[in-house]
Amino acid sequence: MDDIKYSNTHHQHEHSRTNYDDQLDYGTPASDSDVQVTLLIDDREITVPEGTSIMRASILAGINVPKLCATDSLEPFGSCRLCVVEIEGRRGYPASCTTPVAEGLKVHTQTPKLADIRRGTMELYISDHPLDCLTCATNGDCELQDMAGAVGLREVRYGYAGENHLKSVKDESNPYFSFDPAKCIVCSRCVRACEETQGTFALTISGRGFESKVAAGIADFMDSECVSCGACVQACPTATLIEKTVIDHGVPEHRVTTTCAYCGVGCSFDAEMKGEEVVRMTPNKNGGANHGHSCVKGRFAWGYATHQDRITTPMIRKSIKDPWQNVSWDEAIDYAASELARINQQYGKDAIGGITSSRCTNEEVYVMQKLIRAVFGVNNVDTCARVCHSPTGYGLKQTLGESAGTQTFDSVMQSDVIFVIGANPTDGHPVFASQMKRRLREGAKLIVADPREIDLVANSPHIRADYHLKLRPGSNVALISALSHVIVTEGLVQEEYVKARCEWDSFVEWRDFVALDANSPESLASELGIKAEDIRAAARLYATGGNAAIYYGLGVTEHAQGSTTVMGIANLAMATGNVGREGVGVNPLRGQNNVQGSCDMGSMPHEFPGYRHVSDDATRALFETAWGRPLSKEPGMRIPNMLDFAAEGSFKALYCVGEDIVQSDPNTQHVTHALEQMECVIVQDLFLNETAMFAHVFFPGASFLEKSGTFTNAERRISPVRRVMNPKNGGTINGKQEAGYEDWEITAKLSKALGYDMNYHHASEIMDEIAALTPTFKGVSFKKLDELGSIQWPCNDEAPLGTPTMHIDEFVRGKGKFFITQYVPTTEKVNAKYPLILTTGRILSQYNVGAQTRRTKNVAWHAEDIVEIHPQDADDRGIRDGDWIGIKSRAGETVLRAKISERVQVGVIYTTFHHPESGANVITTENSDWATNCPEFKVTAVQVTRVNQLSDWQKHYKTFSEAQLAYAGRDLEAAKIELN
Amino acid sequence: MDIQRLISMANQIGDFYESYPNQSHAQQDIAGHLNKFWALPMRKQIAEYVQQGGAGLHAQVASAVKAHLHL
Repeated sequence: MDDIKYSNTHHQHEHSRTNYDDQLDYGTPASDSDVQVTLLIDDREITVPEGTSIMRASILAGINVPKLCATDSLEPFGSCRLCVVEIEGRRGYPASCTTPVAEGLKVHTQTPKLADIRRGTMELYISDHPLDCLTCATNGDCELQDMAGAVGLREVRYGYAGENHLKSVKDESNPYFSFDPAKCIVCSRCVRACEETQGTFALTISGRGFESKVAAGIADFMDSECVSCGACVQACPTATLIEKTVIDHGVPEHRVTTTCAYCGVGCSFDAEMKGEEVVRMTPNKNGGANHGHSCVKGRFAWGYATHQDRITTPMIRKSIKDPWQNVSWDEAIDYAASELARINQQYGKDAIGGITSSRCTNEEVYVMQKLIRAVFGVNNVDTCARVCHSPTGYGLKQTLGESAGTQTFDSVMQSDVIFVIGANPTDGHPVFASQMKRRLREGAKLIVADPREIDLVANSPHIRADYHLKLRPGSNVALISALSHVIVTEGLVQEEYVKARCEWDSFVEWRDFVALDANSPESLASELGIKAEDIRAAARLYATGGNAAIYYGLGVTEHAQGSTTVMGIANLAMATGNVGREGVGVNPLRGQNNVQGSCDMGSMPHEFPGYRHVSDDATRALFETAWGRPLSKEPGMRIPNMLDFAAEGSFKALYCVGEDIVQSDPNTQHVTHALEQMECVIVQDLFLNETAMFAHVFFPGASFLEKSGTFTNAERRISPVRRVMNPKNGGTINGKQEAGYEDWEITAKLSKALGYDMNYHHASEIMDEIAALTPTFKGVSFKKLDELGSIQWPCNDEAPLGTPTMHIDEFVRGKGKFFITQYVPTTEKVNAKYPLILTTGRILSQYNVGAQTRRTKNVAWHAEDIVEIHPQDADDRGIRDGDWIGIKSRAGETVLRAKISERVQVGVIYTTFHHPESGANVITTENSDWATNCPEFKVTAVQVTRVNQLSDWQKHYKTFSEAQLAYAGRDLEAAKIELN
Repeated sequence: MDIQRLISMANQIGDFYESYPNQSHAQQDIAGHLNKFWALPMRKQIAEYVQQGGAGLHAQVASAVKAHLHL
């Protein structure tokens, strides 16, 4: 932040700060004006950008003006009257937060009159505030207390005999924070944070005068629109809105900046600690992705890290029908190594593979793929991006030349048209969604293409999509073709851009293809279920509305033509000149925190780190030299290939880190059958997850709070994960406590036991090796991350501070390449037996397989997966809201509770997969994307009927999982259950 | 691996390239895709199947396998 240039021409102050202090609250937001203004504050000369408030200018000059209703994350409000100042030549006592600087002003912040006003104001505040500071939860961390001290308040003359708010009832309904109206000073910071920061508008000031109070909905916080993002708690200057963990444990004594372990936004947080215990996680206002904002998951749902379900001792067993045996780390590692060596000898190296997760750090993923490649000489290593964003990697590499999004999140603030396809940002990427909503409230246009009415369409205050293209699941490519048809045939192509930046021949082929009548909106309208004129209008808006940015999610990728749609999106962006500057671009919203990173790190069976194909001799030679082992030039098996070969009996051993394929991958019964055929399944995780129930070796993992490393978010931002406590996976063997390990250390130990020593002492050394071997990471190091906070790759000699926007002067591949994207309807067709389409999605409070969030109080919002069904489909089947319904597909059957909703269209039902007993993936099929095998999660033909008992699969699951938990000593009662 | 699954995966690739004006390029790209992304045991299996007649396989895929597949 460099919005200050000041000199001390009048006085030389020893304490004048020369640097922006990123922990300080400057009261009002920074101005981005290029015009500089110079003024005198308390005789100090200061130069700041035009539009800066006098309050901010003062604080920048090292002068602390008292304040209560101002904070630099919110627009100034001018209600508390503590920040009043005197300005020479002007009358009265203006609020410094709402008064902008002007050239030559002479401002005084400390005068006898101002002191008198401030004391009087504070006296009024305190006259209706409990005087329980010593026992108050924010004692020592309260702005009201600080201000009482700052203004020198010594007495309150009014007493408590009169009417006051001291007996107001607390609202404890939210599981994470408490609202105590007695302590509220009605500064409106919470209300403004809910509006400006989060964009939910759940809070308001109800009543007038003395009756004024903060209100959430009609009853309480839980009953309101509140999404529990924590912005109000963060903004509150008193103990009114406060984390329950602070009430329980007291104020933290130190903080460590780290990165959230949930979604692909990758928010920066301060872990606020007492010794080794987390007291609270607060969003870091200097976080490049989140700028001080958070959502319910990152802010509050971290309790899973110390949940009693965590397994902290290594375990082994011969068969999944045996109870687990707790063993020492050495024994577990030796057993796993001996089994892998045996299987390698007995069945060959193609019988072995590894799976990493987007929940792993970059360093963990790197050592994992190194182990599989260097130790076994195969490339059978895959990551869970296979089942989410593998089409993004493929499609963007083909067209633009790099398997990554093109922008920063901040870029959205320059967008004029925002096109959201197959993504639900308010639920899946809430913190970025808040930024997007801010831009939309400023007037950017919005196009949403989604089979279901997501909240952005019409359920977000002051936002309404200009077009909701409510297409039929599975018809994305037809939509892209129809939009392209309009752009080409109506002369909306930016031909100069295309000529300069793209392969002209490929453009001509694409142009001629999309111009065909078969690709017109009129021809495709019935296939899509959208009016042709809406498609035409949306295409015109995208092509001519100014800076146009596409944001997409799994609704694009998880289809039989996922890769085709990604390429089609890139075609659209190139044809309209919307790549290569701020405000535009192709932006995949990655599901999990490290989807981008796990792909960057070479956890794909065809690529080394940095997206270089294994058949490339020069790259392979580089890694062979560095690793000292011969490497294979053959692409390895993808996750579904591994499972298919396992089901047939040729793939025998799997090392699975941080991933739960049984719950997250399609056709659960196929996955479990494949696992049952394997001889050695090694699972490394925090919990006995669904996959671990089929495992022979369990390595207890370390949570993100217990290790060092990095995550790379959806905007290519590499952010540090810092160890704030020792790993809890030491376990106790024969009464002896062992040391715990970070996850990369476990993989390195296994590698050593297999005869290949990985000699790292700290995760930073792994990043050093990555940087040495990967051109796009050349300039990355932990030291630089400490200095800069985060870095967007590519980071190298040409871009030592990283690259926020990609493809600025030319595409990474040189010229952008257009691809013809023929619409091929999925083979997963509806018919009389399976007349409905099931599509799946996510909700705000739960995350992926739910292993983390189900073990937090987030279950208060979503205790079970439910199925949304249109009233007409429900009526046809006699289904009422809340009924149990059986959902049957060609793959399997499960039973869930119905919710009747017009958000889904006729013929489509919708559910989530956050709870294992739901068996959502028992129904999904193995159909997959043509290029990457990414499963077609979004389209499954089903029939639904009212039922009154669980499905056979669910009954079996209940028995099986209870027995497996008992085998791990988790439920002694269930230990009596015998498996057959 | 189940040959039917391999056939349907291969046919999906064939479908993608069907609209390409230059079908000899398309054939190379189909084989190029298999070479780059399919593990060797899968390529061997589909090549064997093509040798046996390749019933049910997209014609361009069968030609691509014959002409350009690395084994």
